[in-house]
Amino acid sequence: MLLTYIVKRIIWTIPFLFAVSLVSFALIQAPPGDYLTTFAATLAQSGDMVDEQRLEALRTRYGLDQPFIVQYWKWISGVLQGDFGISFEWQQPVSHLIWERMALSVCLALSTLLFTWAIAFPIGIYSAVRKYSIGDYIVTTIGFLGLALPNFLLALVLMYVGVVYFGANVGGLFSQEYQMAPWSWAKVVDLLEHIWIPVVILGTSSSAALIRIMRANLLDELNKPYVTTARAKGLSEFKLLIKYPVRLALNPFVSTIGWAFPQLISGAVITAFVLSLPTAGPLLLQALLAQDMYLAGAFILLLCTLTVVGMLVSDILLALLDPRIRYQ
Amino acid sequence: MASVLDPRLHTDTEVASQWRLMWWSFRRHTLAMVGLVVVIMLYLTGVFAEFLAPFDPQSASSRHVYHPPQMIHFIDSTEDGWRIKPWVQAYTLERDPFTLQTTFNLDEGNRIYLTFFGKGTPYKLMGLFPGERRFLVPENPRDRFFLFGADRLGRDMLSRTIFGTRVSMSIGLVGVTLSLMLGVLLGGISGYYGGWVDMGIQRLVEFVLSLPTIPIWLALTASLPPDWPPLTRYFAITLILSLVGWTELARVVRGRFLALRAEDFVIAARLDGCSEKRVIFRHMLPSLMSHMIASVTLAIPVMILAETALSFLGLGLLPPTISWGVLLKEAQNIRSIAQAPWLFVPGAFVLVAVLALNFLGDGLRDAADPYAQERG
Repeated sequence: MLLTYIVKRIIWTIPFLFAVSLVSFALIQAPPGDYLTTFAATLAQSGDMVDEQRLEALRTRYGLDQPFIVQYWKWISGVLQGDFGISFEWQQPVSHLIWERMALSVCLALSTLLFTWAIAFPIGIYSAVRKYSIGDYIVTTIGFLGLALPNFLLALVLMYVGVVYFGANVGGLFSQEYQMAPWSWAKVVDLLEHIWIPVVILGTSSSAALIRIMRANLLDELNKPYVTTARAKGLSEFKLLIKYPVRLALNPFVSTIGWAFPQLISGAVITAFVLSLPTAGPLLLQALLAQDMYLAGAFILLLCTLTVVGMLVSDILLALLDPRIRYQ
Repeated sequence: MASVLDPRLHTDTEVASQWRLMWWSFRRHTLAMVGLVVVIMLYLTGVFAEFLAPFDPQSASSRHVYHPPQMIHFIDSTEDGWRIKPWVQAYTLERDPFTLQTTFNLDEGNRIYLTFFGKGTPYKLMGLFPGERRFLVPENPRDRFFLFGADRLGRDMLSRTIFGTRVSMSIGLVGVTLSLMLGVLLGGISGYYGGWVDMGIQRLVEFVLSLPTIPIWLALTASLPPDWPPLTRYFAITLILSLVGWTELARVVRGRFLALRAEDFVIAARLDGCSEKRVIFRHMLPSLMSHMIASVTLAIPVMILAETALSFLGLGLLPPTISWGVLLKEAQNIRSIAQAPWLFVPGAFVLVAVLALNFLGDGLRDAADPYAQERG
């Protein structure tokens, strides 16, 4: 039963991934003109001669003059072999540019997810058990603020506080001496010293949402008769809480991988831009503005794939945790 | 012997409609009421932007670059007693002859007096009704005052924020209207017909929901031609925002439709031979209304935040259009916010608007649910 569910769910992912790749390609194809028109415009602006013949030669070489379906086919068959095409702007294969940034993006999103859980789990339980206490009100207020404050604004305020009061720049993921250095143990330590700021910034709003969900779910469970029965039988308050209601209220935590992960990935784009992090977001933005289509397309495809896979993982985990879902 | 009570004889019984019941239950939510008042005030600010703004939001002044905010005082004390008269303290500009750096110093004795409903630069309210009275203007038309400070071109941040309110709040409303139409149409079809239509639309909703919104929005807005006129761009952006925003509404509508389809009164209507159109519009939609209003209210802040984020990145609305996101773009540079922290003011407006709309939406949702538990 469980196995059939998982297999079915995985098979469902394949048409999704196909649709995602089609959408990504359509998106990067959408702007009128292509990179070469942008390139010609830049050349013309700086006063250089634009050689029409050379442009035409380049266009043929990159297959930019062919119909959509042909271009898509060329692109997707390359992607499946790990070849994402070349970046016009950087004059490098796209695969050289993206992997380190994607790895840092995933690393950032996963750390934020862990941070969110670590914060939301105890606070959610606390504010449900001590309903309408001062602590609950404080948590609820902070939660509302966290929901209403856009991440990038929080990042800006922190940058301001950092610069004005501490004289330090809180942006970036590495210290200056490690920025270009190859990976080493010291560089990892340096990353850990810097990553907590974006993690806190990105984590606030999803923690706030998760605390609210946890509180509401737990409150529903706490009023149920089985809790009263257990209490009447003399089970200690702590054991009673952890053993039954909390376990039932855990579902939203697992499903966060499904909804918070896409949110983290996409929210991180703007925050990363503000904090100038070396993750996928800022480069994607730059590529979109320059119409560097293969670079932008690779990022959009990978980010979409990540969220689809995130949904898959969370659905499978939910089915493992909750038998009711398997039998639907 | 007890007589049978015929309810028809008691016509003097109080009757309250569903809307009235909702209003009673809504009124008990203090936070939701506060939210309602704030939201109404923000929309009024948007409607009467020209009247409320002391200056033209585009008029630059090189002598007031990064002018600091001034406190408004209402009691004016002079040698011969005091009177009620609004005024602000004047600042003088000093330029360092070597570094050319400018500083503003308080000019103690010099006060700029203000009047309510005085004559300012002429304007056209909403581009239609000409007028020149403004809410608060300096007595001397050549003076300027800056309650929220000035930006890098010496433009009044208060006026700019007020005009930003118009664009940002309305983009939420227009975007939600568009996504509502899409959501109700597709969600309704999906829930009413069921079967493979439902299956197809549900897969579509799942697909759109599984896409990371911001990269998709970025790619879509990046493909808009930058030379479009502001109004076209405004509608293009709202359209893009609602292309993603309709899914949540479609889910709500579908869920309610599925639940309603099995209700006795709908089956009765169908057995009575009502046409499908009549069943949907006369019998089902009214009981959906309250839920939809709540969901719509909760969808507006999402739109506002999305527009702010896109414009902040320079891909949404572009100057000369003014929105909160466009204004916050000015605060992107760490050097300029260190010099002029009042550039954050539009951010505070975003925060207040989103909070107020969330409170209002929460209150509406609770009020619309007849089975909601009484909250303590």
